[in-house]
Amino acid sequence: MASTDLDRPAAGVTWRQRLSKWDVKASPYLYIAPFFVVFTIFGLFPIVYTAVISLMDWDTIRNSGEFIGLANFDFVLNDRKFWVSLRNTFSIFLLSSIPQLIIATFIAAMLDHHLKARTFWRMSVLVPYVVMPVAVALIFSQLFADEYGLINHWLGLVGIDAIPWHKEVIPSHIAIASMVNFRWIGYNALILLAAMQAIPRELYEAAAIDGAGKARRFFSVTLPQIRPTAIFVIITSTIGGLQIFDEPRMFDSAGNGGADQQWLTITMYMYNTGWGELNFGRASAIAWLLFLIIVVFGLINFWLTRRLISSEKSGS
Amino acid sequence: MIFTRRKKALAAAAGTAIFALTLAACSSDDPADESTDESTGGTTAEAEGDAEPVSLTVATFNTPGFSNSENDNDYQYDLIEEYMELNPHVTITYDRKAESGDARENFFTKLGPGGLADVEMVEVDWMPEVMQYSDLLTDLASADVEGRWVDYVEAGATDADGRLIGYGTDTGPQGVCYRASLFEEAGLPSSPDEVAALLDGDWDNFFAVGDDYVEGSGGKAFFDSASGIWQGMVNQLDVAFEDSDSGEIIVLDNDAVKANYDQLTAASETQSSHFGQWTEDWFAGLSNGAYATMLCPPWMLGVIEGNATDTTDWNLANVYPNGGGNWGGSWLTVPANGSNIEEATKLAAWLTAPEQQAKAFANAGTYPSQVDAYSDPAVTDAVNAYFNDAPIGEIFAEPARQWCPRPTRVSTTSRSTTPSTTRSPVLKMAPTTPRLPGTRQSPTSKQSANSRL
Repeated sequence: MASTDLDRPAAGVTWRQRLSKWDVKASPYLYIAPFFVVFTIFGLFPIVYTAVISLMDWDTIRNSGEFIGLANFDFVLNDRKFWVSLRNTFSIFLLSSIPQLIIATFIAAMLDHHLKARTFWRMSVLVPYVVMPVAVALIFSQLFADEYGLINHWLGLVGIDAIPWHKEVIPSHIAIASMVNFRWIGYNALILLAAMQAIPRELYEAAAIDGAGKARRFFSVTLPQIRPTAIFVIITSTIGGLQIFDEPRMFDSAGNGGADQQWLTITMYMYNTGWGELNFGRASAIAWLLFLIIVVFGLINFWLTRRLISSEKSGS
Repeated sequence: MIFTRRKKALAAAAGTAIFALTLAACSSDDPADESTDESTGGTTAEAEGDAEPVSLTVATFNTPGFSNSENDNDYQYDLIEEYMELNPHVTITYDRKAESGDARENFFTKLGPGGLADVEMVEVDWMPEVMQYSDLLTDLASADVEGRWVDYVEAGATDADGRLIGYGTDTGPQGVCYRASLFEEAGLPSSPDEVAALLDGDWDNFFAVGDDYVEGSGGKAFFDSASGIWQGMVNQLDVAFEDSDSGEIIVLDNDAVKANYDQLTAASETQSSHFGQWTEDWFAGLSNGAYATMLCPPWMLGVIEGNATDTTDWNLANVYPNGGGNWGGSWLTVPANGSNIEEATKLAAWLTAPEQQAKAFANAGTYPSQVDAYSDPAVTDAVNAYFNDAPIGEIFAEPARQWCPRPTRVSTTSRSTTPSTTRSPVLKMAPTTPRLPGTRQSPTSKQSANSRL
């Protein structure tokens, strides 16, 4: 008690002083409160509600359900479709994210040079991002038709057998990944470009004076300098990749991910269970499993990021 | 007929899922027995005078042929206008969704909380699901409409308590569409009568003809898609996927399904074009000769015509392998929480009366499910110019009348809240769904994941 008394100014504290003290302490919370209020309503509540429904045999029309414990999870985890969709999701994610980041970095590096009509080139790479995914899917479905598609036609011209885009697993994933890449490469390239622009030019000059060639400068200066941004891009594209829906949904007209679920992704599986079968209990269970998978991935990302940053610190 | 004027012909209710119903009796319908329908057209006319003005909303999908607003081209008849003229106190707002899938999503979103139209159209694909909530829909049974429909249509909308919750609009009897010139090239007979005789028989016979075709044509595919044929085959089984009493999923132990599967996959090796239905390749195949036959409900004619405009030799044979088949159909329902149930019921009854459905058929090619319509010259005399003047009215009348789904009780394993006695059709097949560019017509729902298997 004595110490608290000592902390206080000896003389009587005016109302104004007290107010300004509260202001400093409380105001920041007040300013960020709207976000958390909105998040609670539109984010947290649905998450919790989904968790509740996932434990029930839920009838969304009568808005009632019966508690059935973990039966929904049990069903989903024993459903072949779940594991196939998980496989497809990861396969499409890897086939899209890796080439996407490599190409985006390359394009960003090219755009970082002194080009004529710079703004034009930089804005152009963003155009695919602006195009509606559904429109992209329509165009690509013409390209990737099995028999009379343009790509197989071109392959035929150079003597390569037609690729069964809608029949085999990997070709279908490649086709879908190419749609994803078409859409996201430019977007990621612009973000990476912004990071590259922030690199002090002196570093390049110093490297050049030290005799570093173009490639060496790229790998030893550019890449380490854009690492935090690259990690951000990796994390966002991981989350986006695990939630991929539009492109595989539009890859054929039925939206079941192919006759043998060749390209059924986990979000499609969830959507079809919920809105297709009207089984929202099971769909909620899938949603939660997807959530847990993304959390695990987020943690792995976080761990990798920390390692990378600390190795960077110890290195310098 | 106006089929020539009609660029976009389409199925009101094209569903892929066919259903098997609980039919105690699937007796033949003698059209002479059914003559109670005249009254409905008349009842509306007397409603004038001091009737209070009401406004009704009607929600449909695809092209049921009700109103000119469905189509770029004018229909011959505008039923919505006509009803408003007959009943000046009624104002109708007509809302049509492009696809059955959109309508389904809307229907199930609002069925519980409310907000549906006064009259809602429901497709055969999702009728089994709707039947689980039949208590949320108005019982429409009345003496006026008794016996109006062929049995399976009426039974498909009758719940366990005997409540009739939907008035049938159209139905999907099937024939076989074929390319005459391709048959000719393969050395097969090519006139509709000859082809009907050739294909008359079971699936063995169908595939035997397929073998002849493949041989005669030098290896070309006979039918469009294994999934289309599969549907035709499996719909003819008594019980395919679920045990009708216990609701147990029995498909894996079902020898009949296995036999069909083996037969079809063996034949498909050479006879199928290996295209998925509603894919780019499949649509291209309509005009480029990639396949020569297809199972054909009435609304499919519009799909073929719309996507193979310049092909002149599509024809329709009055035959279906191994008996009948049904692919498509819809009902009009009246949600029980609507504010104008009485007027809405009158409107639904009028729209689904044989006379009106004959007009809808003339408008959009949706084949009536009303017994009396099958003796209406407007239906029986209909020919399709694109299909080389195939007498479609005649061809579809018999299968529509005689199609007799095997008795199958529904059960839904996935939903414990459903009373096990629910008497509704079993959804037998995951429907396919085209969701396609503007020029394409999408006859079926996008909800293909309905199968609970």
